[in-house]
Formats: sequence, structure tokens, C-alpha cells
Amino acid sequence: MKNECPILKMKDIRKVFPGVVALDGVSFDLRRGEAHALVGENGAGKSTLAKVLTGVYSKDGGEIILNGERVEIKNPFQAKSLKISIIHQELNLVPHMSVAENIFIDFPGEFCRFGFVNRGRLFSKAEVILRSLGMDVDPKAEVGSLGIALKQMVEVAKALALDANIIIMDEPTSTLTDREILKLFETIRDLKRKGVAIVYISHRMEELKKICDRATVLRDGRNAGTIDLKSTDTRDLIRMMVGRELGERFPKAGITTGAEILRVEGLSRGNSFKDISFSLHRGEILGIAGLVGAGRTELARAIFGADRVDKGEIYWFGQRVRIRSTADAIRLGFGFLPDKKRTSVGSPLDAIRLGLGFLPEDRKSQGLVLKLSVQENISIALLVLGRLTRWGVIRRKKERELAQDYVNSLRIKTPHLAQCVRFLSGGNQQKVVLAKWMSTKPKMVIFDEPTRGIDVGAKVEVYQLMTELAREGVGIIMISSDLPEILGMADRILVLHEGRLTGEVSGSEATEEKIMELAIK
Amino acid sequence: MKQLISKALTKTGPLIGLAVMFIVLSFLSPHFLTADNLMNITRQVAVNAILATGMTFVIISAGIDLSVGSILALSGCVMALALKSGVGIFPGVLIGMGVGSLCGLVNGFLIGFMRLPPFIATLGMMSIARGLALVVTKGYPVFGFPAGFDYLGTGYLWDMIPVSLVLTALVIVAAYFVLKHMKIGRCVYVIGGNEEAAALSGINVKVHKTIIYTICGFLAGLASVMFVSRLNSAQPTAGIAYELDAIAATVIGGTSLFGGVGTIWGTVIGVLIMGVLRNGLNLLNVSSFWQQVAIGIVIIIAVYVDQLRHRTQL
Repeated sequence: MKNECPILKMKDIRKVFPGVVALDGVSFDLRRGEAHALVGENGAGKSTLAKVLTGVYSKDGGEIILNGERVEIKNPFQAKSLKISIIHQELNLVPHMSVAENIFIDFPGEFCRFGFVNRGRLFSKAEVILRSLGMDVDPKAEVGSLGIALKQMVEVAKALALDANIIIMDEPTSTLTDREILKLFETIRDLKRKGVAIVYISHRMEELKKICDRATVLRDGRNAGTIDLKSTDTRDLIRMMVGRELGERFPKAGITTGAEILRVEGLSRGNSFKDISFSLHRGEILGIAGLVGAGRTELARAIFGADRVDKGEIYWFGQRVRIRSTADAIRLGFGFLPDKKRTSVGSPLDAIRLGLGFLPEDRKSQGLVLKLSVQENISIALLVLGRLTRWGVIRRKKERELAQDYVNSLRIKTPHLAQCVRFLSGGNQQKVVLAKWMSTKPKMVIFDEPTRGIDVGAKVEVYQLMTELAREGVGIIMISSDLPEILGMADRILVLHEGRLTGEVSGSEATEEKIMELAIK
Repeated sequence: MKQLISKALTKTGPLIGLAVMFIVLSFLSPHFLTADNLMNITRQVAVNAILATGMTFVIISAGIDLSVGSILALSGCVMALALKSGVGIFPGVLIGMGVGSLCGLVNGFLIGFMRLPPFIATLGMMSIARGLALVVTKGYPVFGFPAGFDYLGTGYLWDMIPVSLVLTALVIVAAYFVLKHMKIGRCVYVIGGNEEAAALSGINVKVHKTIIYTICGFLAGLASVMFVSRLNSAQPTAGIAYELDAIAATVIGGTSLFGGVGTIWGTVIGVLIMGVLRNGLNLLNVSSFWQQVAIGIVIIIAVYVDQLRHRTQL
């Protein structure tokens, strides 16, 4: 049954975003009836490759050969007409419509005659597809009323309705229970028997061996190799994902850590994180590793007072403190450089944005007000603290001097202080946020993915600034999905998995394999 | 090139538009460019200028307030009843402005603390305030105020400068100062520009939103004082669709409906464009029906320019 001739070949695919090369000559091939895993660290380029294949992004170089013919996939509709379907992590269904309507959502005209929908035919055809998947679901049921696993099956049914030859599954099991996963695997095996090729994107190594035949490993937007999963050890696979030479990119010199600044005990918040305890010392860089969605950003936001905590205590220089708002946190001496692009799914709208891949265009920076000037963005925290005002009136001269000082000392490249931060490069935008917090003379700064989406040169500058802060005795919490970065910079590393602390590794003993194991566990 | 043009248009577009209208109307009507008529225009636009000033705060914060016309009617009616009951002019005026502020406070609370979308919260308030205005007056107009009350709306300082112009100018200058030079004004821009960043910078977004809508309600109350004083009567049906005029003036003046961008001076120009257009068309004996068409066209052009800017920025 196995046909060794690939139905899809992607050759030397290149995709460049402003400031970053997301895919740098990636090649990938797919055989009929195989499940092919696409693995790599966060940001390695897996999703970007999937988006190029489904027409969400247009490639900047390389070629796609489908069934021996060269094709250009310019938009998602074209991908669908080529029978390529994707099931997103955040499902892409219309909750208020019926199962049948969702299944055939790609064919709005199919069941219409003179503009009227032939519901009988719609439902009966949907039933056929559902039965072929072994699903016992009423096609008339509203999708919103189904559980997450069934919703996912509706997505599979959607792909079948499209008669897809290639189905991309992006983290399909992240929200499923063990039993639901088994059911999904059965379906995948069934699809494979029917000759459908599946691209399976997942972080869960143990799953890959169960369901996939081969794996292509991406690293930093490049191929790290394609392997046969049957004959490869999981540890080797992880090594392929992360293995990289660390040069002197990380300027952190041996800074001796001092007294305790912050201690967190038993911090919990809903489903985001549970029972987290750790401490931070003067001059220390504490790394927090884990996969996207492990609760790292949520933890940082809660410590910073942006979100409420359900349980737990925070001690600041040995004193128990209550942080009710971000203003409280800033007054104590916290700084927070949020992730530029929020990947945790907060609202349905966020989910839609993520699922449809609208975020990169959005590039909404949480730490900045893009419409305001460099000066206004730098001064805002100090302004809120009332240190730049007299009777509520802004002291312009002082504000300007402050901004100018930081533009000079951080070497922020901007033509003038009144420049809209929108027009600054990613690295310089990050420095503006950093300047905002440095102006408050913080004792602790939380960096959430500080170098995401900025180029290597700017990265090193950010690392240098972090080191300088640490040398001055500031405690730093660094959340990062970039393992080399966290290994290169952190004195200690906490690893989070699904909202829980799964381990703590000292910086000298840490290896990428060790951290990945704790993060995937 | 397209960027340059749109940039130039948004920076100076409204001002150029106003200047062109001035020149054209001066040629078309001999009565337009006279001191009398210009003073007349300032009186006619006073109410909208004050409403639009409040609206500018709201829209810069990425909100909208649909209730200012109704708040104007309600605070006018309550003030009128208070005046008739003999509380005295000053307390009466304070009551009127108090009612407006209270309505704004409720709006702000609903939007800031209960997280209702501004459109919905103020749509509700639009109906509530209008209904209450009809309730307290039983649907009849209120008139017969103490002597001297009409001074605010129709009087002159030194027989030359309308009192309403002075009041309006004071409001505008104060609003300019608050938005441009005060901490709270900066917070309005930051919230409108990026609410998430505002919260993470330590700004109490809920409280600030409440303040913003309270300012807008307060100014609606103040506008009602001038409005009632000028007409010397309070009508529960007054001010219908005034919120739309205020929004239109704000948007014509370059304030972005997406928030984070806008100035009081822009709004003043927007108010003047609408006022001069109405006045000029009156002088030219254009029917009020056609005037509405003209105003509509101006709004569409202005918003189109706003969108052009938004597109090039992204």
C-alpha cells in the first residue's frame, strides 16, 4: 500500500519577516499515507512552514511541488482547492452553526439551489462523513455544544469533506484527554490507510513514536535533519532539536548573587499555574523555561499585579506584600517587559487571530503604545508614579531630559524623541520598553521573551543590558523559549509544565536535553 | 507619495478645508464675513464645541459616548425645574452640571468597572437620560427663569464679546491644557493607544475610564446650561442627535475612532467647519434639508481621510 513517491515536496523554502529570517532554505517531503512529524523548538519555524503550505503566508523563495507539479499557493482558498487542509490548535469552527454546516463551510454554494439551502441533502451528506469517522454525532447539533474532542473530530470531518490529500495537524492533542487521544490516533491510522498524508506538529515526543513514521526537525528556520522515527531514540531527537554551539553571544560575567529580593510561596491562579514557589536574589538571573502555554507569562503577570492570584504569598525583601495592581508593583520596584506578541490564548478573538495567523501583521506590542512617541513611551511609568509632574502637570523639560538620557545610554536608534515608536526596529522598541523600566530604578525586572523577533545583534545588546542590570544588583526573571539563551544567561532555571513547577536546574548543570525533558514531561 | 499626500492631508487637511470654506463663502455672500455674523457663528457652535470637547477625550481613549444629547436634555430640564423652584441661579446651574456629571459617572462606571462596551453603555444611557427628562417634565417644556439667567447664553462682555464665546474658549483652553500637559491627559492617549500597555505601565484603566466619561458628562451638563440660557426654556426633547454632531466634529478634526490620536485644536476646527458650513448654507438660502446632505458628505470625506492615515500607518 505504501507509495514511496512523495506527493508533496517543499524545496528550499524561504520566508523573511521584517528583521527575522523565519525559514531559511527549508526542505520537506511527504509521502502518501504517512504521518510525518514536524518538530522543533518554539520559533524554529514549524508553524511558519505550515502557513506557507496552506497559503496564509506567501513564501519568499523556494518551490512547492505537489503530485509532481510545481504549484504556487497564494492564499488559503487555493490551498483548499489543492486539497490541503489544516487543523489548528485553536479550532476554527463557527460555534453557533450546526455540525453539518461547519463540515461543509468551505462549500457555501454546494447545497444551494436558487439561493436556498437544501438542508436535507446537507445533513445526509454530513452524516455519511461522520459515520466514516465512526462518530456518533447528530449533524444538526450546534458545534458550540460539543466537547473539545468532538470539535476536533468535526475539524477532521471538514478536512474529509474537502477530500483532502494532505492534512496538517497543529498540536492536535494539546487539549485532549488520554482516551480522546487514542481515539484521534485511531482516526489518523484510518486516514493513513486511505492514503491521506498527515503533517503532525507536536511537542510531545512520546506521541510521535506512536503515530508518526518520519520526523523532520527544524532548528532556527533551517533543516536539522529528517529521520525515521522507528530507528531513532527520543533523546537523539531532542538533541537534534536543540543542539547548537553556544558562542560568546552571552556576555554574562560571573556576578555574585546577593540577598533575597523576592520569594513566592504557593502561588496559584485558576488553570494557569498551581502552587509555584521560588526565590530571587540580588544580581541573579532566574530563567523560567517551558513550552508555550505552560503558564510562564501568566505567572509573570500575576507577580506583577496585572492578574489576580487565587492563592499564595509574595515576600519582598522578607516582608509579605500584597500586590493589588501594577501600580503597586511598580512602586515596590518591579519592572516587566512583556512578550511582544501574546501567545497565550486569552479570548476567542485571540484564538481566532492565532488560528488564522493574523498576529504577525498585528505585531501589537504589549509593552508599547505604538502611536505615541519615544519620549512618551519612556516616561510613562515614571509619570504614573507622579515623579515627573507637579500638581498633575507634566514637567516637559524633565521628561525630555529623561528620555534623552536613556536614548543616549541605551543607544536607541531614533531620529528624534518625538518619533512614533511604530517606526523603530524591533530591537529598538524593546530598548524603549527597557528604558521605561530602568527609569523607575527597579529592583527586579521580569523579561518575557525579551529577544523574540529581533535580530542577533540586537539580541546581544539586550543581553548586555540585562547583565549590566544584574551587576547593579537588580534581580532578573527571564522567561524564554529560546533554550540557548536561557542556558547562556541564567544562574538558575525553573521549568514549568502545564502550570506546575517540574524542576529547578542550576545554570552550570543545565543542559538543553535536561530542560526539554522537564518541559515535555 | 501616497503616504506624503495623506500625511499632509491629515495634518493640515481640516484647516485647509475651513480656510477654503471661508474664502468661498465670503465671495458668495456679502453677509458672511461681517463681525456680526462671525460672532453669530461662535454663538451657534458654542454648544457643539463643548460637547465635542468632551467627546474628544472619550474618542481618544478609544471609546464613544452616544448619550451626550440626552444628558444635555436631562440636566437642562432638572436645572430648569430647580431654577423655577427658586433655588437661585448659581445653585441651579451647579445642579444642572451635577446631573450631567452624574450621568457621565454612571457611564464611566459601566464601561470601566463593569466592562461594558462604550457603545452599549452609552446607548443605554441615551435612552435612560431621555426618558428621565420626559418623566421629570411630564413631557412639557419648562420656562420662566429668574432674571439674569439668560446672560450666560445671550449676554455680552463689554457689549462686544458674547459670554458664551468666553465660556467656550475657557473650556477649550482647559481641555487643551489637560490633554497636552497633564498626567491624566497623557493617560487618555496611552489607554486609547494600547490599553494592555497602559495597564502594564501602572495606569489604573478602570478609574481613568470613569474619569473620562465623567468629564464628558460634566461638559454635557455645562453645554445644557448655555443651551437653556440661550433659548430661555428647557425642552425634554432638546439635543436629539447632538451626540452625532459632536462625534462628527471630533472625527473631522482628525481624532481617530481607533483611539490614541487626536487633539483639541483639531476638534475646534471640526466644530467650526460644521458651524461655518451650516451658517454659510443658511446665508445662501440653501434649505435645511440640503444642509444635512452637505454635512453628511463632509463627515464621509473626513472619515475617509482618517482611514487613509490609518492604512498608511499600518
